[in-house]
Amino acid sequence: MIGLSFIYTVAGLVFAAWSVLTLFDQSQPRRWTSGAFWGLLALSFLAGDRIGDLANGVLVVALVAIGGTGWLGRANPPTTSDAERAASAARRGNTLLLPALIVPTVALVGTLAAPVLGFIEPKQVTLVCLAAGAVIAVVMTAVWLRPPALAPLQEGRRLASQIGWAIILPQLLASLGAVFALAGVGQIVGGIAGNAIPDGARFIAVLVFTLGMAGFTMVMGNAFAAFPVMMAAVGLPVLVHGLGGNPAIVAAIGMLAGFCGTLLTPMAANFNIVPAVLLELDDRNGVIKAQVATALPLLAINTLLIWGLAFR
Amino acid sequence: MWPLLGLGVLIAGFALRVNPLVVVVAAALASGIGAGLAPLAVIAALGKAFNSNRYVSVPWIILPIIGLLERAGLRERARMLVGDLAAATTGRLLLVYMVFRQLTSAVGLTAIAGHAQTVRPLLAPMAEAAAERADPQISRAGRQRVRAMAAATDNIGMFFGEDIFLAVASILLIKGFLESQGIIVSPLQLSVWAIPTAVCALVIHGARVLRLDRAKRSKSGSA
Repeated sequence: MIGLSFIYTVAGLVFAAWSVLTLFDQSQPRRWTSGAFWGLLALSFLAGDRIGDLANGVLVVALVAIGGTGWLGRANPPTTSDAERAASAARRGNTLLLPALIVPTVALVGTLAAPVLGFIEPKQVTLVCLAAGAVIAVVMTAVWLRPPALAPLQEGRRLASQIGWAIILPQLLASLGAVFALAGVGQIVGGIAGNAIPDGARFIAVLVFTLGMAGFTMVMGNAFAAFPVMMAAVGLPVLVHGLGGNPAIVAAIGMLAGFCGTLLTPMAANFNIVPAVLLELDDRNGVIKAQVATALPLLAINTLLIWGLAFR
Repeated sequence: MWPLLGLGVLIAGFALRVNPLVVVVAAALASGIGAGLAPLAVIAALGKAFNSNRYVSVPWIILPIIGLLERAGLRERARMLVGDLAAATTGRLLLVYMVFRQLTSAVGLTAIAGHAQTVRPLLAPMAEAAAERADPQISRAGRQRVRAMAAATDNIGMFFGEDIFLAVASILLIKGFLESQGIIVSPLQLSVWAIPTAVCALVIHGARVLRLDRAKRSKSGSA
């Protein structure tokens, strides 16, 4: 079965290659610490299951020490100039867009074919297809364009170092969620929210639930972390059991209220911070600001939808 | 109440613009120690969670192919493509992308687009090129707003499309949670209730991206 261990090996080898290229790159600022950053990430992906929890924890602290203090430098490996890129774009025409479709195509075909093929772990189909698509696309594009042999890894390293420390933020935030769960943060927040509702006030109860979903999602960066907490504190005891609401509607639309919170928080780094870096925005919160005027009306609508639909 | 210290650290850290990586580790330590754990135990818990969440970072292996294509002029080509299509305004481009993202997410294909795969190399350069055509004197801030809106459109399209799909993680989470509380619902019963919000998201965000065009036209009209 092809599953997570295969994908982690592929990703680990890519990170390891970035580490080696960084260490050999004379022009790389902060060369040694930058090389160590990618090396530690490679170690995590290749050997994380064998080194134990505490060693993994020390590894995280080391990654944060390098990434959080500016010791991860931006790489500038040799590449094509702006003029060469424009000339290549004009010469190759729209066929240049085709390789960009290889990854989506492999994802689509793989997702449909995985149950028939049978050698892909069913839970990991998306990631396996993504990894396979990335490798297939690099090979096919390299055959077509004939770039220097190291170009795919070097260009990947350029983009990765441009993203910089933010590259591990999504994974680190997911880990923070686990620590919060261990410390019982959710139960305490849920208890406070549950106590904020006067008896029998249906609209206020719905409002506390949706605002709680959005607010706690903003803190955790993830609606999945907020959902069990707010459902256990308000959704089930008050809205469903107390006021007779339809559990499917309360739960489904409650989750979407949480998604509105995801649009509003830097904690959802994957969606809000990483693209700001990828698109070279001056304002790290630029994407969040662009989302506010959609997220707030939608939050109000989700509140009204639960209020209007769940209690018929 | 002491575990809530971590939340305080998070909010204060972000407000003071401390590096987020440092803030997250500090918040984990504050909450863990507040809950009575030893510092080393918190570090170990963080390491264990980091290890089991490695799949979150796997999508970065898309970067070599994106970089390779950018090296050959992919972003420039995306811009030229807009130049050939006079009807492609910033707003219309983003609206078409929003519909595409919602529909593909609604049938479970969330992985076919994203910030690294499609927004940076394709959507953002196209939207920006269209904005430049409409307003050749567009300011740096104006360009940045268009790019930010491209990223926002990807997020909103996916968030309010994916829950219509039966087998998406959030639907399975809801089903599992309700089941653990003795309430049995089918995924279909849940996912149909994602449709009203999906329609509202399309209307609200669609109107906002189309307004990008109007704002530009009225500005160039008055100039």
